[in-house]
Amino acid sequence: MMQVTTKLTPFFENINFERDDKTMVINFGPQHPSAHGQLRLVLELDGEKVVKAYPDIGYLHRGIEKMAENMTYNEFLPTTDRLDYIASTSNNYAYAAAVEKLIGLEVPRRAQVIRTMLLELNRIISHLFFLATHALDVGAMSIFLYTFREREFAMDLMEDYCGARLTHSAVRIGGVPLDLPNGWLEQLEAFLDKMPENIKLYEDLLTQNRIWKMRLEDVGVLSPEDALSWGCTGPMLRGSGIAYDIRKEEPYELYDELSFEIPVSDRCDSYGRYRLYMEEMKQSVRILHQLIPMYKETSTQLMAHAPKYISAPKEDIMTQNYALMQHFVLVTQGMRPPKGEVYMPTESPKGELGFYIKSEGEPYAYRLKCRAPSFFHTGVLQELLVDTYLADVVTIIGSTNIVFGEVDR
Amino acid sequence: MRKYTPKDNVQAKAYYTDRFWVAPRVPRLDVSEDSHFQSVVKTLTKYIKESYIELDHLVLHIKSQDNIEVLKTLRDTCGYKMCSELSAVDYLAKKGEFEVFYQMHNLDLAKRVRVVCALKPEEAIESITPLFKMANFAEREMFDMFGIVANNHPYLKRILMPDDWSGHPLLKTYPLQGDEAASWYEVDKIFGKEYRDVIGPENRDPAKIDRYDTQRFSRVGYEVPFGADISEGETPKEIEYSKTFMTNYQKESKQLDKRR
Amino acid sequence: MAKHQVNYTSTAGLPIALTSVDKLVNWGRSNSLWPLTYGLACCAIEMMASGASRFDFDRFGTIFRASPRQADVMILAGTLSKKHAEFTRRLYDQMAEPKWVISMGSCANTGGMFNTYATVQGVDRIVPVDIYLPGCAPRPETLQYALMMLQKKIRRESANMKKNTKQRFV
Repeated sequence: MMQVTTKLTPFFENINFERDDKTMVINFGPQHPSAHGQLRLVLELDGEKVVKAYPDIGYLHRGIEKMAENMTYNEFLPTTDRLDYIASTSNNYAYAAAVEKLIGLEVPRRAQVIRTMLLELNRIISHLFFLATHALDVGAMSIFLYTFREREFAMDLMEDYCGARLTHSAVRIGGVPLDLPNGWLEQLEAFLDKMPENIKLYEDLLTQNRIWKMRLEDVGVLSPEDALSWGCTGPMLRGSGIAYDIRKEEPYELYDELSFEIPVSDRCDSYGRYRLYMEEMKQSVRILHQLIPMYKETSTQLMAHAPKYISAPKEDIMTQNYALMQHFVLVTQGMRPPKGEVYMPTESPKGELGFYIKSEGEPYAYRLKCRAPSFFHTGVLQELLVDTYLADVVTIIGSTNIVFGEVDR
Repeated sequence: MRKYTPKDNVQAKAYYTDRFWVAPRVPRLDVSEDSHFQSVVKTLTKYIKESYIELDHLVLHIKSQDNIEVLKTLRDTCGYKMCSELSAVDYLAKKGEFEVFYQMHNLDLAKRVRVVCALKPEEAIESITPLFKMANFAEREMFDMFGIVANNHPYLKRILMPDDWSGHPLLKTYPLQGDEAASWYEVDKIFGKEYRDVIGPENRDPAKIDRYDTQRFSRVGYEVPFGADISEGETPKEIEYSKTFMTNYQKESKQLDKRR
Repeated sequence: MAKHQVNYTSTAGLPIALTSVDKLVNWGRSNSLWPLTYGLACCAIEMMASGASRFDFDRFGTIFRASPRQADVMILAGTLSKKHAEFTRRLYDQMAEPKWVISMGSCANTGGMFNTYATVQGVDRIVPVDIYLPGCAPRPETLQYALMMLQKKIRRESANMKKNTKQRFV
């Protein structure tokens, strides 16, 4: 059968000939291999220089915030996986933490340790992915293969814990669903022991690499004032010399008990941000090393005891009538948090990830707003890309580390 | 009796609520609990309608006309250098107004303030882009999702939805699965309206099974060749497993009196 | 005469292989399927992983191409939103015949968990799909299996694409 003809007309937006100011309009995306997803950029070029950049997003808009209004709190949790799908657990955690803060829940210590472990492991996974794609966009193919090798080992650990490679749902409201499997800590330790030398391998390949430095240094300079004004968080903010990490300043989970440093770079450019990501990976390894002995000191409780909101453990449900009734109500109707509004900021690998939840005392959230760091980092592009060369565009997009699942939600 | 569905709020509702159940409220603390927040409130006294501390956030209710002055004072005097989030909540059904909130963040003291203002649906709010450039995207998103216009915004245009989209998705009147224009959007755009019949309506039923379809479904216990016809003279009967998910927009209107 | 030249009349006529045109063409087509790097959402990460070191997609003769004009297979990896649908069709139209489509992941198959206003409920409303790959997100092994299934399908087809009538409209 011949191909069905469509109404789509040819698309000459790419080249606009009839312009007085000798500029050329180039359309980048929405499907471009180095756009990190579905970013569409309309660039106005004067020669090789970008005069005007206009990021167009929304090509991955899936209505997640609308879904949240029509799902009970526990139902919505797996959806948060699909926000920042490179580090799913950080989204699960941000959402669960917001709901826990709303209902005022204390999470058992073992669950806290496991959560912190998973968060840091996800940070490593995400930063490795950043390095892979960033280097691939700039032109260093081999780094992509190396980092994906290590990333697979980290994902094996995640898979051993929760059974999924990408969409974990490993954190539940009120704790974690499972204990660590046997031998997991030994595997983690083996992974962590190898990690510093792997990071050194990447740094040896890139940090002093002449091409890498030429492509990254003084490219995408973001002044601290602009970073604040544009709402940049995470490595974008720290790359501009402002030392603010929510893990340190507004600690959640166990971060106030752990010793780690917040790397800051005042270079304000892509190279500084790249160095920052490498340092953060080292700090994550350091945090994970500290968590292993902490895990061994905890008792076995995994889910918080709050019968109004959280189902009892499986043994209780199977043996006790009241626990079964509670479970039935919670599953069929969903939990009803108190009326009120909450905003819980957490430090995801990309920046400040926070969920704003407005509850009207119903099993469905009245309004849920996901404050995604990438959304604001995409906004910066319209200023960051101006007066750079066309070849630097992919470098800058890569170094902002945006993920379109959470930009468009 | 036919089930009543409210037109002004199509959000999912709990199917059962105990008639004596009263939702508790998250405790609201007085501003005097925190010395820094107290000083903030003191600076902004003339604008504030209501203020309290809720879950570590200072919440300030102001008039929507004052938003620029309040945020400017917060930024320049109180050290709230960053506006980390800006959006709205739809209260049209309950109170006939939107609630626009701004999340302000003080990086030196690690404190957060939420500035809330009520906005009537016919009103517009002043854009805060001159103060915080992040509002450029955030206000566009607010416009896209709620239809709230921000005055003096440099480029107020839809951001997440396509430009020719109809409706504002996060309004409570907008159904989760979209209105009719939404359900045919891609077909109309690519093939044209005349292809609607060929492609057919969207399947919104996640549990839909067609037992005569031997390409997509297999019969348990029988070996059936791929694409074979197994109807054996039966006419396929539509089984709707979950009626709520099926949206049949082509349904003809009910004729009450057949004689007419 | 150079040594590598074979005189088919004097020697026994080696090397000759007999086959049908269908088989020969399909052998060529199925063993160098070049997919379009069409990452839409989460599944794209698994698609990247299947191209990376552990899973090594290149073994199948599968090399990701960034241009639709060089690609044979479109792997639709992830949620297709209504805003993007037009561009998918545009890219599909730009691909040269013969072309195949793998719909990767639940979102692409049916809309998956995103039963909302903004999601296309199955990419088969837009483009004809050859392989539906379930999972959220499917593992790289699954994608490789899907590709092997597609190879199988191609080998079954006639080399003359006009004969391979697509059963569905789009």
